[in-house]
Amino acid sequence: MSRTLKVTQAIGEALDIAMARDKRVYIMGLGATDPRGLFGTTVGLEKKYGSRILDMPTAENGMTGIATGSALVGMRPILMHQRLDFALLSMDQIATQAAKWCYMFGGQQGIPLVIRIVIGRGWGQGPQHSQSLQAWFGHIPGLKVVMPVTAEDFKGLLLASIEDNNPVIFIEHRWLHNISGTVPKGYYTTPIGKLRVVRSGKDITIAATSHMVLEAIRAAESLAKAGVSAEVLDMRTIRPLDEKGLLRSVRKTGRLIAADTGVLQGGLASDLVAIASERAFKDLKAAPRRFGQADCPVPTAQNLSPLCYPTASDLATAAAEAVGLNLKRLDLPRPAEPRDLPDKSFTGPF
Amino acid sequence: MPKVKALPAKLRRDLYRSMLRLRLCEERLVELYPEQEMRCPVHFSIGQEATPVGVSAALRPDDYAMSGHRSHGHYLAKGGDMNRMFAEFYGKKTGCASGMGGSMHLIDREAGFLGATPIVASTIPIGVGTAFGSKMRGDKKVTAIYFGDGATEEGAFHEAVNFAVLKKLPVLFVCENNLYSVYSPLSVRQPAGRVIADHVRAYGIESLQGDGNDPEEVYRMSMTAATKARRGGGPTFLEFATYRWLEHCGASYDNDLGYRSKAEFERWKKKCPLLRSRKRLLKDKIVTADNLKNIEADIRAEVEVAVNFAQASPFPDKSVLFKNIYAGSGDG
Repeated sequence: MSRTLKVTQAIGEALDIAMARDKRVYIMGLGATDPRGLFGTTVGLEKKYGSRILDMPTAENGMTGIATGSALVGMRPILMHQRLDFALLSMDQIATQAAKWCYMFGGQQGIPLVIRIVIGRGWGQGPQHSQSLQAWFGHIPGLKVVMPVTAEDFKGLLLASIEDNNPVIFIEHRWLHNISGTVPKGYYTTPIGKLRVVRSGKDITIAATSHMVLEAIRAAESLAKAGVSAEVLDMRTIRPLDEKGLLRSVRKTGRLIAADTGVLQGGLASDLVAIASERAFKDLKAAPRRFGQADCPVPTAQNLSPLCYPTASDLATAAAEAVGLNLKRLDLPRPAEPRDLPDKSFTGPF
Repeated sequence: MPKVKALPAKLRRDLYRSMLRLRLCEERLVELYPEQEMRCPVHFSIGQEATPVGVSAALRPDDYAMSGHRSHGHYLAKGGDMNRMFAEFYGKKTGCASGMGGSMHLIDREAGFLGATPIVASTIPIGVGTAFGSKMRGDKKVTAIYFGDGATEEGAFHEAVNFAVLKKLPVLFVCENNLYSVYSPLSVRQPAGRVIADHVRAYGIESLQGDGNDPEEVYRMSMTAATKARRGGGPTFLEFATYRWLEHCGASYDNDLGYRSKAEFERWKKKCPLLRSRKRLLKDKIVTADNLKNIEADIRAEVEVAVNFAQASPFPDKSVLFKNIYAGSGDG
């Protein structure tokens, strides 16, 4: 049984199911119990679970350590940051403590900790609310890093993350929160570490993360009209990265466009291209291409910030070039207006 | 100082024995360290034995303790296995962290010593978290968190104390103030006249100062704090004055560097916790010179067993390099 839910509803349902199934699960976050309930994802949970959902001091690093300590004695905390930029205050506890704990003590104890992190975009989120630093977390052995796209995956991957005995960075792109999709009822998990083939194709692979998957789908639709068959991959997990799934696709199509929400240097798009180049070089028919956030802090002005984000048009153009399609034959997808909002349903502030 | 009732003779003997055990253990490590077979940074606590011994005597075996870089004493006093500690220093498979951690990553979960890590103050919030977990689970356990004066300058410390007070958590914040953060004296790190315990009291936590070289005073203060914590009375901050004799990291004396004065060092050496304790026990006829000899011989034998165990143990197999980065599934 499935029904249509928004991503935020799917997240809320996953949290509810996890808390009902396991008394050790608890939620902490600045604003976790406020009337807005973390973008609506925790509304109603306090009534049901009482003190197992709590607001907290404005102390990201300390609270991450506290969550970790509680996990050491058997609890299963979920910590929430309303923007990724605030989570950076807790990098010692995330990268140097929680991520290392299992290994540095010889595998005696994992840290079952989920950290929900939101990436902002548009409506003047600006230099300090728009960073897409999944590569930082993905750089650290000991962490798992997931970036769901669909409502179904948000629920399934969140339940899988909560059940995992390791620290999981669960990254939510703010522009995906209002996306709707069919979501199965009840309990299920989506495996961490497996990409999803969104759309099968034979001419080119577009491997994307998070919100860029939506741009990739629009690009593929436009390419299809011009007779180019693009395969779209939703990477879903940054660490562990589904290298096999990527290579399977690239070996089939011989072409790769990597589209990530972060900047290129040291980022995911670069990793995907490197993996394909090293391991499927002889199968490549064209040079791989990378797309990501512009190499500057994201400015606030509404006419400037959209310039920082690659669009379906950019991906389709690059794909056409890679397959040798005359660009005149390509009906490029038009970006939504205004370009600093995901769609008309979003109004500021957010 | 009001007159306090003397502690039971057995407890006083045990406190002394436990301190001597830390001292002899570390002195043996100091002898062996130059062989370059223990290939990890070591932070000795010679001169600081009284605090961990006094605190641990006030804890129950299943209470928790966590620590930082200078943790040998905290681990051993809590009941951490000596053989496995030595083996860890040698990077051996039989070490308490299977050779993956070294001297800065001691752990003995069976003894309630949940882990030590060297990033200053990082285990303070983690220890508050174990206490928070205890409170949520209702298990009545107390967590003691050891750290130095330097850690009280870290944001993580302040964030953790605030939360412990907010939630009335069963925590003993044990600050061993040895005056230096590596070579940097308190005078370059904190304003003149600052008393750490007074400063911390502003959080609304009971905050006390004690003689960190007197195991009996440390024990009394810790016992009061642990009893209060167990009854739901919340955390206590305990600042113990003490002094490290050796260099910050390594097995040598470093008074030649000139960052601290000879006079200061000599003054503290006279306050040696073992020396003072031994004198008092003899004066109070709690022990005889013969008893002391026997205690020492027992400990030396135990230490030699640990040395042999560590040296004879194998290194980890190369196949473990990529193991345990992640914990497996299932209830852990």
